[in-house]
This record gives sequence, structure tokens and C-alpha cells, in this order.
Amino acid sequence: MEIYKKSITELSDLLNKKTISSVEMTNYFLERIKTHDSKLNSFITINDKFALKRAAEADKKISNNEHHLLTGIPIAHKDLFSTKNILTTCGSKMLKNYKPPFDATVVKKLDDIGMVNIGKTNMDEFAMGSSNESSYFGVVKNPWNLDKVPGGSSGGSAAAVAACLSPVATGSDTGGSIRQPASFCGLTGLKPTYSSVSRYGMIAYASSLDQGGPIGKSAEDCAILYNEINGYDPNDSTSNHEQKIEKIKLNLTKENASKIRIGIPLEYFSKNLDQSISDEIFKSIDVFKKLGFKIKEISLPNHNFTIPAYYIIASAEASSNLSRYDGVKFGYRCKDPKNLEELYFKTRKEGFGKEVKKRVMIGAYALSSGYYDEYYIRALKIRRIIRDSFLAAFKDVDFIFAPTSPTTAFNIGEKTSNAVDMYLSDIYTTPVNLAGLPALSIPVGYSNNLPVGLQIIGNYFSESGILNIAHFYQKNTEWHLKVPKEFDNE
Amino acid sequence: MSDWESVIGLEIHVQLLTKSKIFSASSTSYGSNPNRQASYIDLGMPGTLPILNKSVIKKAVEFGLAINAKIAKQSIFARKNYFYPDLPKNYQISQLDHPIVEGGFVSISDKGNEKIINITRAHLEEDAGKSIHSNENNCTYIDLNRAGTPLLEIVSEPEISSAHEAVLYMKKIHKIVTFLKICDGNMQEGSFRCDANVSVRKKGENRLGTRTELKNINSFRFVEKAINYEIDRQIEILEEGKEIIQETRLYDENKNITKSMRTKEEANDYRYFPDPDLLPIDIDEEYIQDIKRTLPDMPDVKMKFYKDEYKLNDEQINIILSSFDIMQFLEKVISTTKIEPKKIVNYFISSLYIKINKENYDLNDKNIEPQEFCHIIEALESNKISKNNLKKIIDELFLKKDSVDKIIDNLSVKNGNDDKFIDDLIEEIIINNKKQVDDYKNGKTKILGFFVGQVLKKAKNYDPSLIKEKIIKALEDI
Repeated sequence: MEIYKKSITELSDLLNKKTISSVEMTNYFLERIKTHDSKLNSFITINDKFALKRAAEADKKISNNEHHLLTGIPIAHKDLFSTKNILTTCGSKMLKNYKPPFDATVVKKLDDIGMVNIGKTNMDEFAMGSSNESSYFGVVKNPWNLDKVPGGSSGGSAAAVAACLSPVATGSDTGGSIRQPASFCGLTGLKPTYSSVSRYGMIAYASSLDQGGPIGKSAEDCAILYNEINGYDPNDSTSNHEQKIEKIKLNLTKENASKIRIGIPLEYFSKNLDQSISDEIFKSIDVFKKLGFKIKEISLPNHNFTIPAYYIIASAEASSNLSRYDGVKFGYRCKDPKNLEELYFKTRKEGFGKEVKKRVMIGAYALSSGYYDEYYIRALKIRRIIRDSFLAAFKDVDFIFAPTSPTTAFNIGEKTSNAVDMYLSDIYTTPVNLAGLPALSIPVGYSNNLPVGLQIIGNYFSESGILNIAHFYQKNTEWHLKVPKEFDNE
Repeated sequence: MSDWESVIGLEIHVQLLTKSKIFSASSTSYGSNPNRQASYIDLGMPGTLPILNKSVIKKAVEFGLAINAKIAKQSIFARKNYFYPDLPKNYQISQLDHPIVEGGFVSISDKGNEKIINITRAHLEEDAGKSIHSNENNCTYIDLNRAGTPLLEIVSEPEISSAHEAVLYMKKIHKIVTFLKICDGNMQEGSFRCDANVSVRKKGENRLGTRTELKNINSFRFVEKAINYEIDRQIEILEEGKEIIQETRLYDENKNITKSMRTKEEANDYRYFPDPDLLPIDIDEEYIQDIKRTLPDMPDVKMKFYKDEYKLNDEQINIILSSFDIMQFLEKVISTTKIEPKKIVNYFISSLYIKINKENYDLNDKNIEPQEFCHIIEALESNKISKNNLKKIIDELFLKKDSVDKIIDNLSVKNGNDDKFIDDLIEEIIINNKKQVDDYKNGKTKILGFFVGQVLKKAKNYDPSLIKEKIIKALEDI
């Protein structure tokens, strides 16, 4: 039946028709995890018992006809979403035994409609990384090529969905952590407008940039999930309650498509970009042209300042957000500290990995007296310039197409020794976070047998448009249906 | 005369009177078991986010208006980063560049001399928890009940020139925040405490001397003592030709000295930056005007009114303004009865005020209504009860056994209005005590006392002189 390949709508249909039960479906995916995950290391926690209990409850709902499209469908959560009484490590030794006493809002919303949480996925430690190599729980491998990284920081979620170990997963995107792994793993990943999805219960990396979102096989799956997780949350004062978000309907017609103006920012196709990726992107742009979209070249000036601005702002916020891990209240505590100072020093020295320490130090430095204006305030200015440049562009075009990443998935270990190289892999994704805009990555081709992602960037709260464009493309192409050979079997 | 002068600025921490904490729904009440009033937010659990308790905005605006300050159209919360075990997030949410209240002033009066003290700013912030150090087992315990309690930190300009002025200033702020009911003013429980920045310089010198900061002083008396000690200490050092070290010092109330806590070199760089978890507080003019309309008159305005309209003296005014509750109580009484305000105040001071002070009550503790006090003084004014009974009535009132009407009734002086009752009583006693009547007739006038006593036994609260008169008259008539 090839259940592993199916979309959410198809799986829901099977549950509805009682072709299979949620318990059977959950077992099916748990079995796939058992069979395949040793190759990938995409899960930190597998919730077998809990998931089966939830699945049984879902089956009851389905037989009582009290169900939602997502009831009984398995999902995996990135391990920074707090799950009540279930290990939530954030990929860190610091939280290796931490079980939150409450659920993140995203988790709770999906639980409430009966989704089955089958496990928590691996990630870069505290979401700091672009390759999933900074996780305390080990490197995650790319299902398309096990020597390659899956991208990061939501690398576990992307690898799990790409290998069909879970139909869909949540991720979080601070500088590209949904889009870049989606691109590396041939998936569709949505980074929503900042504020549209509650951050409550999502362990913070950089609060003004973090945004939760779905990673799935298609724009349709992402839309279904996004419809459920967005909305105002009284537990997150920065969550949007001004803009009413309608449930997204995927109903774009060729006629309407021809009214949509797409901008191609020339700066995003410079020497940083692999030629083969550029070729694949332009091939896909030709497809969009054929589908009727109006394509024009645009300019997004000053985006070359993005990476330093992003790393200063994100690290500054992180240095403060991660202060709470001190061995006093929760999480890891060092053995036998002699005094308070040693408790702090040893706990943080032993509990945090290298990348986290590096960013905490960069952040503390950027905020320290004498450097604040020179670094932090300047970074905020750049942030405004970047936002303004996007808004200026959106006067001319409705959406922007850009590569998601300058390269395809790179080799494990290839960039760990060169931080700047690693940071540059986020060059096309971070501007979107600084501006707080929504963006989606979809697979549009292959380079050396590795997926290439196209990024669709929209104005604030234009998720519906973004997902409709992507869905329209996916209805006419098959890139999103491909499964890595090694995992393409029952 | 000393040729040194001192320059003092105060940072007063006012605990705002709210039911729940500034960023969580936990209760702020004092004295419950440790860590029973700490939610996931107060504990800084990963993934939790602060939610602003809107009532603190109103209270801060009220204070700002009361001191003629500017209310910021937009104020911003910032994180003050430092590690301390009773600060769960290891940053305190406070305000730095854009405080909610800017500018403003209060006036203090020292032996008739008025002085204006300018206020730099007042900002909102969360309190930390408490560390309890135990020598017994070499342990530190942490109680996070107080963590997240809303504070308004009021920062004065360095315009205070003596410990005595500092106390006057602090008392003025105390009066304002308790009048506004934005703080319970309880200094023992730490609801109102201050840090003092103290420096000294030669008279005539324009430059400020190096300052020290005295932390966490929670009584008017200690503020005065600590500052005086610190001024003397600094002068002594300077006169020896040495230099003052900029540092934070703690006042030891038992030894009456200040001790170094940390020097500037060890001081934290707080790495303030805007808190990305909280939106800016936007306040529009309409909101400010709405609050302005409901604001009670401040003590200075009241003082002038009492002086000009009620002709009260300073001592009387000080007593009325010593607490908002007393003021409110007396104003109610004054508006209810026609009795002259000055008389009312005198009655109050000589009775209720003495009572509550002597027995350490708060006016509200016994739920004594202005209406009840009105009844009492009206009874006094109409001579229904003797003035000697005022104290007794108040005592009865505090027992809360009988209604005020009943108490008045029991103690009322019957001015002979019920003649028939008394006349009958006298007649009955005369008939039943033939021997004593004869004695009287035989000139033993001392026996009169016996008759008065007999009558008063059955007619309590009658004026003895009146009874005596009536008895004489009745005996003469036989």
C-alpha cells in the first residue's frame, strides 16, 4: 500500500474508511523508525507506548465521528518543543534528563485535534547550527546520502520526514532552520510570519527570530499543519492578534496565477551560489513562467550585511536566553561544586557544547558596555534596512523567489572547522528572519543526486499565497514525490 | 561648622499592590510557604514567556501623574543580565532607556522650609526571589515566592543634602504611594525599601565626589543612621587624604556601620538590551486623562485645603495625612455631619486616634464606620452623653459587641426628661426607708447620699446632681 509515501489527506482518508486504524498506522511508522533510524539518528526520543495510547484514543474519536483531518496521523516534534512529561532535550547535555511539566502551545494544539506524537527529533544543540552536527545526541545523516548532513537545526525532523519515518514534523526556524534542512532533504518546509505561531513552550534560542513551523512532503501537508498551529496565544505576548488568519485553501487557478508577480533578486545569484543550483532554480523558474506567473528581476540591496547582523542579534539574545541553565533549578548540574561560582562555571562548561558556548560568548560580547552601540545597535540598524528593502520590493512584486541554500547538502565534518563557511550556508535564509517574513522551501531539482530547494518569500501573513504557489507548482511537477532509494520500500 | 557637604540620591523600590505577579498569574501575597507561589514562568522554565500584568501600568501612571512627571508614550522592557541563584532566568526584566515615568518632583518641608527634590525616573521591574543562608549546615536555600513581584523603582536626582532630608523625601514618597494605594507601604515586609547613593565634597565644589551605594535599607530610621554613618566615614577618609572607593555597601543595623559588598571592579556589566519577549507599552493621552480624573488629591493639595478651609493646625493636618485611611475616614465624617470640621478632628484625635495608636491597630482593622463615629460625636454635641464617656464608648465600640446606638443608649445621660420614672422611683424609696427619712428630717443631711445611691442603683446614667436635687425636693415636700 506504500503508506509511507502518502500525504496527510491520503492517510486521513485511509483512517476514515477504516482501511487501517491509527494504532496500525502508528505501529507502521514506529516500525519504520526501528528499521531505519539507526542509519540516520533522526530521533532522540521515540514515544512508542505513549503514541500507541494516543492512537487508540484517536481511533475512538474516528469511530465516534468526532475527528479532524489530522486525528490519528503520526507526527514528530523537534526536540525543542516542550512535551509534558516527555523528554525535551533541545539537543543538549544540559537538558538530557529534562521532562517539562507542560506542553508547548504548538504541541497542545496538535494533541487536542488527535495527532499522534511518535517521537522527538534530533537537532543542533539549542537550535544553533546549520548541519545538525552540534547535537549532543550525535550527527544526523541525510537520507539522500548518508555521508552528507541533513542541514540544521531541524535536521532530525527533515531526515525523519525525508526517510518517511514520520509523515510530517514540526521544526523551528531562527535563521533558516526549517527551510535549509527541508532544502537539503528534498522536502517542503514553511517558516511562518514571525508572531503567527506561538513560541510558548518552544525552548528559546533567539526570541525575536524564532518561529515554529511544519516540515512535510508537500505544500499541501504544510498548509494543513499550518492551519492548525497558527493563531494568537495569550501565553505569548508577541503572538499576533491583530491580523486575522483565515484557514488556507489551496485553490489557485491558472488564471489567478497569471496575475501574480514574482521577483528574482539578482544579489541572490552571485558567486556564492553553486552554478548547478542556480541552473536548477532557473529551470524551475521557467516552469513557473509556463504556469503563467509573471517573473521579473528585482534588487535586494545590502543583504550582504545580513550574516554579521544575524549572528550578533541571535547570539545576543541567546546569551541571555541561555543564562537560566545554571545548575540551580533544572537541567544538568556539575558534580560537587565547591562554591556558587564553580557551580555556574562547571555546569555550563560541561553542559553546553562548543557551538553554544561560542554564541553565548559572541552575544555577551556584543551586548557588553562599550561594544553595545558598535555591535548590537548597528546590527539592529541593518535589520531595519533589510526589512525596508523587502518591503520596498513588495511594492513591485507579490512574492520573491530565491535559492534556499548556496549549496546542496555538504559532507559531514566538511564545515565544522570553519565557522564562517558554516554561517554562510544561511546567507539566503537569515534575511527573512531578520525581517520577520514568511518563506517556504520546496524541492525543484537535483544536483549530484542531492535535492535543490527554491525559496518562496512573501510579505507578512502571505502564507496562503506562498503555499498556493508552491502547491500549484507541485500539482504540475513531481520533485516533491521523490523518496531516497534506501528508504523507498515498505 | 564642617566644611563638607553631602550629596545624596535615593532609589526607592516600591512593591506595587497587585494580586498577581508582574509577568505571571502567581499570587503576590506575603508569608506563604517557600516556593508555593512560583509558577513555571517565575521559575524561568525553558520555553516560558512573560505576560505583562496590565494593572502595573495603571499604577505606574498614577504615580507619575501624582509627581507631575511625564508619562512615556512608549516604554520598553529590557533585560538586566546577571547571575544570582534567586534570579531564576539570570536576568531581571526591568526598564532602561525608556522608563514609563520620566521627570517629576516632590516637595519636602523641613521646619517650615520647602525644598523641591526632582525625580529622574520611575520604572517597572520584577523583584528577585530570596536567598536564605544557613550557617547550620552551610547551605543556601532559595525561596522564589517573591520572584516576579512587581516593583516601581523611583530614582531621585542627587539633590538631597542630608540624612534627615533623605528621610523626609522617603516619607513623602511613602505617603504618595500609600495615598494612591499602589503600595501597602509595609516596610518590615520589604514592600517599600531603598538604596542610597552617597557622596561628599567640599562646600563650594561643583564636581561630585566618588559615591558609594548603600543597598536595601528598609526603615526610615536605618536610612538616617546608614547615611549619617556613611557621610562620616567618607569625610574621615577624605580628611586623611585618602580616596573613596566606588562600591556597593551594606548597612549592618545591629552594629550601625556600613560594610563593603562589592567594588566597582567586581561590578557587573548588566548587558541590558530590549526584552524580545515583551511588546513595548504604548500609552495614549486618553488613557492618561482617564486616570487623571480618578486620581485622589495628593497630600500637598489636601494640606492647603485643611489649613485654609478647616482652619486646622499643622499637628492636626499631619495626623490626618499620616494615612490615607484616616484621611478618607475623617472626610466621610465631615461630609456626613454638620459639626464643625475642627471639632470633629479634635474628637477624633482625642479618642479613636489615641486608641488605634495605643493598641497598634489600623483604622480598618476593626471596621469602624465613619457613620458610627458620626453618631457618637453627634450624641456628645447634643449632650446626650457626657464627654467623660467618650473613651468608654470607643472601648465598647472596639469590642464590637453592641451596635453604636446601643452603646450610646446605655451610656446616655438622662437629663431628667423621664421625670415620671425618677419621681416614682424616689417616692418608692422614701416609702420603703422610713427610718432614713426620719434621720434626714432630724437634720442628718448626710443621709442624702444613701438616697441618691439607692436611686442610681436602678437609674444608671442619670446625672447624680439632678437626682440629688429631686430627692431634696421630695423630702422637703413630706
